[in-house]
Amino acid sequence: MKLNASFNRSLWVYHFNSGSCNGCEIEIVAAITPRYDPERFGIKLVGSPRHADVMLVTGPVVHKMKDRLLRVYAQMADPKLVMCIGTCGISGGVFYDSYNLEGPVDEVIPVDVYIPGCPPRPEAIIHGVVKALQKLERIQGGEQ
Amino acid sequence: MSDESKKAPYIVPIGPNHPALKEPVMFTFEMEGEMVRDVDFAPGQTHRGIEWMGMRRNPVQIVHLTDRICGICGVSHTLAFARAVEQVTGIEVPERADYIRAIIAEFERIQSHLLWAGVAAHELGFDSLLHLTWRVREQSMDVIENLTGNRVNYGIVQVGGVRRDIVPEQHRIIEECLSTYEGLLGKLLNLFLDDKTITMRCRDCGVLSRKEALDLCTVGPTARASGVNVDLRQDYPYAAYGDLEVKAILPDQHLGETHGDVYDRIVVRLLEVGQSCQIIRQCLSEMPAGPFTAEEKLAKLLAICKKATGEAIGRVEAPRGECFHYVRMDGKEAPSTWKVKASSYSNLMSWIPMLRGEQIADIPIIVASIDPCLSCTDRVAVVRDGSSRILTKENLHRLSVEKTRRLQS
Repeated sequence: MKLNASFNRSLWVYHFNSGSCNGCEIEIVAAITPRYDPERFGIKLVGSPRHADVMLVTGPVVHKMKDRLLRVYAQMADPKLVMCIGTCGISGGVFYDSYNLEGPVDEVIPVDVYIPGCPPRPEAIIHGVVKALQKLERIQGGEQ
Repeated sequence: MSDESKKAPYIVPIGPNHPALKEPVMFTFEMEGEMVRDVDFAPGQTHRGIEWMGMRRNPVQIVHLTDRICGICGVSHTLAFARAVEQVTGIEVPERADYIRAIIAEFERIQSHLLWAGVAAHELGFDSLLHLTWRVREQSMDVIENLTGNRVNYGIVQVGGVRRDIVPEQHRIIEECLSTYEGLLGKLLNLFLDDKTITMRCRDCGVLSRKEALDLCTVGPTARASGVNVDLRQDYPYAAYGDLEVKAILPDQHLGETHGDVYDRIVVRLLEVGQSCQIIRQCLSEMPAGPFTAEEKLAKLLAICKKATGEAIGRVEAPRGECFHYVRMDGKEAPSTWKVKASSYSNLMSWIPMLRGEQIADIPIIVASIDPCLSCTDRVAVVRDGSSRILTKENLHRLSVEKTRRLQS
């Protein structure tokens, strides 16, 4: 799969809340506001998964959101990446023994970048987006 | 073409994932043209079973779980839970800890209201104002990080006190932040309240009358904007608030009249930012010296909690309104009952009278105007005999039919 040239500069992200506590949400919004301003690199939060290159998933996947997460993931156009933001999406975190969890995010959909932290700092989220960009460049280079 | 069944009302579902929503909730709008005729909503999309997990952990562990009930009003939940446990166990909180708790709670209110103001501006399509409020919000986040070590999920409150002291070197940073905000408040009020577009969009939009606010038991800024004089810090003071002068902020203090609309909710929240600055300043000047926790050693604290029996309620005025924790302990490590009522739980029902008769384009700002926090709210589960399940519609229907049969026989 080859990426076209215009893809190199702008990475559009879509945010999916799969049962998070809002901590990661506000840090994602904090990351796109003027102090960090990743929009100067073309990184932008979009409202539709169909427009997005990267999906940011926050929260452990609760029972009701599993099917929706799968459907939203299927709606994204290839090539697509998934970033799992926050400890509870990686391992369950403090919610590890809940009866309503469908497991960490990577048991539901494939995850490319993990950003630990409860919640991770905006700098860490931007660092993760840069890692995602590098991975997309590798995909462009022919590696899978 | 003149088939009656094809005519209005038609149904518009929004959610559980939708660009206009920041959190998963399912709305069903019954529309007639552009007008909302009726609305129903289904929360519970982010239920994680926090209470169930809490009843398997000890109070020291639960404190870190309560932080994560909600990422925005974390300290309110922790404080309410800690206060309930302190009442059960009879732990006396040192005075200095009460003042530190009040300072952190007020900083939380400042950042939460600024966050809300930005979201409200965004929902109106005023993105430059979103970016302005979020840029100034970062300063309060820096101070919170300096005081607690974390930007979000502070982890500062512990049963019996707080986990960190505020040292004199930190007073300067706090003072700088407060004077910045006091200087900015006039500008923010001007930007929000004197702006022609915001006035046109928010005045007499999403009206909640005083009677409806009382009938639906709304709390916090949503109730105050409708002219209901409630504020736990004034009515049932906790922490250091008993020593401080806190008066509920009502919109008529600023404008001389109460409409109960979205505009009034903006007024109340922005004025509360100024009020919080005054409270923090007062706390800093009156803060007594002394220990900041009743029991520093966690093992000893746990031993006290383990012996305790009884029940208690912790109530805290969170940025969104009253946050309520009920704890019952039966001499075991984990509490035998723990019930959380978050502030948004009381406020969600007010969406229905607010949205009725409004236009579809006003839905985002009206939904945002109560500052909903769904991760706080979603905890509808039934626990019985150690096994637990979530009640589905079918389950509830079956229970209802069973009860009817029982009554008939």
